[in-house]
Amino acid sequence: MIDTIRGQNLLSLEGLSRTAILEVLDVAESFVEVNQRAIKKVPALKGRVVASLFFEESTRTRLSFETAAKRLSADVLSLAMASSSVKKGESLRDTIATIDALGIDAVVMRHQSSGAAVQVSRYVPHVRVINAGDGLHQHPTQGLLDVFTVRQVLALRHGTSGLESGAELFNGLHVLIVGDVRHSRVARSDIAAYVALGAQVRVAAPGTLLPEDIGSWPVEVADDFDEALDWADVVGLLRLQRERGTGSFVPSLGEFTTTFGLTMDRARRLRPTTLIMHPGPMNRGVEIDSRVADLPSALITRQVANGVPIRMSVLYLTMAGSGEGSGL
Amino acid sequence: MSTSDERQARPRGLTFLAKSQLLSQDDVARALRRMAHEIVERNHSLEGLSVIGLQKGGEPFARALTALLADIASDQTPLGLLDVSFYRDDLSLNPVPHSAMTSIDHDLTGRTVVLVDDVLFTGRTIRAALNALSDWGRPRSVQLAVMVDRGHRELPIRPDYVGKNLPTSLDEAIVATMEGVWIGTREPS
Repeated sequence: MIDTIRGQNLLSLEGLSRTAILEVLDVAESFVEVNQRAIKKVPALKGRVVASLFFEESTRTRLSFETAAKRLSADVLSLAMASSSVKKGESLRDTIATIDALGIDAVVMRHQSSGAAVQVSRYVPHVRVINAGDGLHQHPTQGLLDVFTVRQVLALRHGTSGLESGAELFNGLHVLIVGDVRHSRVARSDIAAYVALGAQVRVAAPGTLLPEDIGSWPVEVADDFDEALDWADVVGLLRLQRERGTGSFVPSLGEFTTTFGLTMDRARRLRPTTLIMHPGPMNRGVEIDSRVADLPSALITRQVANGVPIRMSVLYLTMAGSGEGSGL
Repeated sequence: MSTSDERQARPRGLTFLAKSQLLSQDDVARALRRMAHEIVERNHSLEGLSVIGLQKGGEPFARALTALLADIASDQTPLGLLDVSFYRDDLSLNPVPHSAMTSIDHDLTGRTVVLVDDVLFTGRTIRAALNALSDWGRPRSVQLAVMVDRGHRELPIRPDYVGKNLPTSLDEAIVATMEGVWIGTREPS
């Protein structure tokens, strides 16, 4: 188990201890305060260079990482793949070597292949690599911002603060993850984060959208979706990933919506305290009814807003020293 | 136990071993009363004064000074708390253990700011605090109050109000709280 991400790469949430995750959340609380100031910028990473490499399209994650880096006073090199040499057939290794030659301290990377971030971390061991989503593997910052959002809302309800509550509010919390678990890196990161913090996780999906090795995951598979909705304190919906061919895993989108979509009917039957989450971008009318997405118990915009402080925390910690330094 | 000394010496994995107590709880209380009177004397009135405590070691002293100023001048002086972790210049060595929040709810432009910390050592925390303050406006002036000045400055920074001057050697450690001041060493835990 890894107990801190200080001075480390962030490639996956699997293997991170409760302590390591809480550290990211606690530091993010300070950055929430920074984001509320008139001057939303601190000099913590002044002079550091962060390269943002998105080999796969993204709006919220890329903007959120770049905003985070700029609020820490880092310089951001942003590579738009459509206009880069990647289009001419340059290999991942050569692209990284080129960017490394410009002098960078960290790479924030999204790639369509599982394991791409791990690969890059081997090419450039002196650069901190932050995985912003790799294929079907992991999306660590999404998992972190999801648990951060849940802690924030639950702490508010209990009249305490996220910082004071630690991991306490996750103890025995019922989390239901619904939808395309098979193709979802978000599900993998979310599950690792919730389980590390002490929550109980169930998944609900058509058999074809569950990974073959689901038996070895630290989750239960829900037999009855409606019964599981009643059990859940948090419902985490996943996007049906049509670009990954998910369409061929279900008979039709309409059928998926009827059996596993969060329709208005189902939302009405939820306990009023149950939180609804979605990592975006949403397929309104497929995995979530458009009206459900706009209910007050849906935390979707809060999730996006929390992306910046969580990513500031991750950039700050991974680029900081490992604690080996001597005194002043 | 969290003091600016701890922040500066970065003792992750180190624990403080007290050798002797230099100030008692009463000594600390008396020093704070004297410092509060010096603040009033120097500034004539408390109009336009803000007290800003540095997280986390300076916080209790800043609260105590604000309460004493209210007694002396029957005027509430606004209190703010500042965490300077993100303004430090030694991030690459080891970042600060972080669990204290900044809360400054008023614009500092034109105000006289009294920064309050527990121990003044190299001066780097104060340098970081001066940078940070500029994000809340442009104070008319900034003054510095510390419970202990232990010397070894690395920057041209001096305190305006001092609880106690304590000459120390570099391998010693100081802990200053409302309950007293101790000298000792940091040992691996």
